Amino acid sequence: MAQLTCQNLTLKYDGKNILENLNFSVHAGDYLCIVGENGSGKSTLMKTLLGLHKESEGTMETGDGLLASEIGYLPQQTIVQRDFPASVREIVLSGCQARCGLRPFYTREEKKLARENMERMGILEFERRCYRELSGGQMQRVLLARALCATRKALLLDEPVSGLDPKVTAEMYQLIAKLNREDGITILMVSHDISAAVTYASHILHIGENVFFGTKQEYLDSSIYRKFYEIEG
Amino acid sequence: MGELLAKIGWYLQYPFVRYALVVGVLIALCSSLLGVTLVLKRFSFIGDGLSHTAFGAIAIASVLNLQNDMIFVLPATILCAVLLLRTGKNTKIQGDAAVAMISVGALAIGYLLMHAFSTSSNLSGDVCSTLFGSTSILTLTRTEVWLCIILSILVVGFFVLFYHKIFAVTFDEDFAKAIGVNTGAYNLLIAVIIAIIIVLAMNLAGSLLVSALVIFPALSAMQVLKSFCSVTVCSAILSVCCALAGMLLSILAGTPVGATVVAVDIAAFIVFHLAGRILAR
Repeated sequence: MAQLTCQNLTLKYDGKNILENLNFSVHAGDYLCIVGENGSGKSTLMKTLLGLHKESEGTMETGDGLLASEIGYLPQQTIVQRDFPASVREIVLSGCQARCGLRPFYTREEKKLARENMERMGILEFERRCYRELSGGQMQRVLLARALCATRKALLLDEPVSGLDPKVTAEMYQLIAKLNREDGITILMVSHDISAAVTYASHILHIGENVFFGTKQEYLDSSIYRKFYEIEG
Repeated sequence: MGELLAKIGWYLQYPFVRYALVVGVLIALCSSLLGVTLVLKRFSFIGDGLSHTAFGAIAIASVLNLQNDMIFVLPATILCAVLLLRTGKNTKIQGDAAVAMISVGALAIGYLLMHAFSTSSNLSGDVCSTLFGSTSILTLTRTEVWLCIILSILVVGFFVLFYHKIFAVTFDEDFAKAIGVNTGAYNLLIAVIIAIIIVLAMNLAGSLLVSALVIFPALSAMQVLKSFCSVTVCSAILSVCCALAGMLLSILAGTPVGATVVAVDIAAFIVFHLAGRILAR
């Protein structure tokens, strides 16, 4: 059974249809890259999957033990965060809000979970440092650790390497691939970096004028990819 | 020095001075708590807008000749806070434009009403007192003092209980919503608490100066400190110290209370800003 199934999904924004009849499904352990040009509806699709955008029509179901609120989310950085006085530990812990409900304080297990995830992301040494003083790659690791506190099953990453230099970008992709391979976490990644997508992903969803959904191999053989490849050289 | 202490001791014999100090400290504590959230959520102007709305509400209350104007002013301000929060999401009127519209509108209507219907002989004195809070902290009745104490306890209690939620919603609202936190409800809660704080704090600083009490301590603490928890604690302590110092200064020097407290806040901000620059080197 699939963790996430979208059937006849029509994405709407401000009352206009951006994308019609989108069909795809994601199984546990998949690494799905959602690619497409700017303005093709990637971010609307992502917000719909997260339940932040309610305008769209069609069905989106979660299954295989995954709840809609259990999709961990790695957002793009916002302006607010650039001058926010918060320590790394405080931010990672806030990922545990998912399991808090109305309980006002964090339990010992949640604090332990936050610690484990900071260790996993290699940021435990920055635990008490201020978020705004970290480098771009370190910031992404902090937000990834926070997302991991919210989920053990699926992560949705929004352009996780934007603004990072090539070396840090490669490290970030390795880290995500490791989470997928070793911990069996389903990855959904929104990206416009098609070459990285075909390197790391197991499935590709290409949206835009032509929609494609299938495995990486099918995508490499498709006309959409060849068209792209010709332009890029 | 001994002479000064003796003079303060002499003033403290009067119950109205003691009331003023107690209420002033409580107000300073409450107003500083949500400062960080307000500044970072770009809500600073909502605080300002609300205080102007509260001025309009006070004008209406005084026209209606209400004995205890808090009964009317508090709900009216809370209602406006909720409305302002809603319009923030409306795309037709920008959030900050809506705030400006409501706040100056309330100011104008308030003054108009006071002018047209006021029974008081000293109109400009009344207006000045509401705008700058020059005397209201020294003329509190027993009921008002108790109301202030109860509301302060409520505000601090809510803040402590919802501290982690407020952090999550302030730092990254989208993430919080995606993992199932009811962000709408917490935004509403934050708006209601802000409204209560504004109404309380108007006693100390008046409606034009009240947002200074909310944002200055938080901004000062943010110059130096690096975690949300330390900034919150520091701004609370700083705010209480500045309010105490400001009130005592104003009693001794005979200056207006609200303006003196804000002046001390500004001085503290300058000190913290310089300290932040030196530490950053």
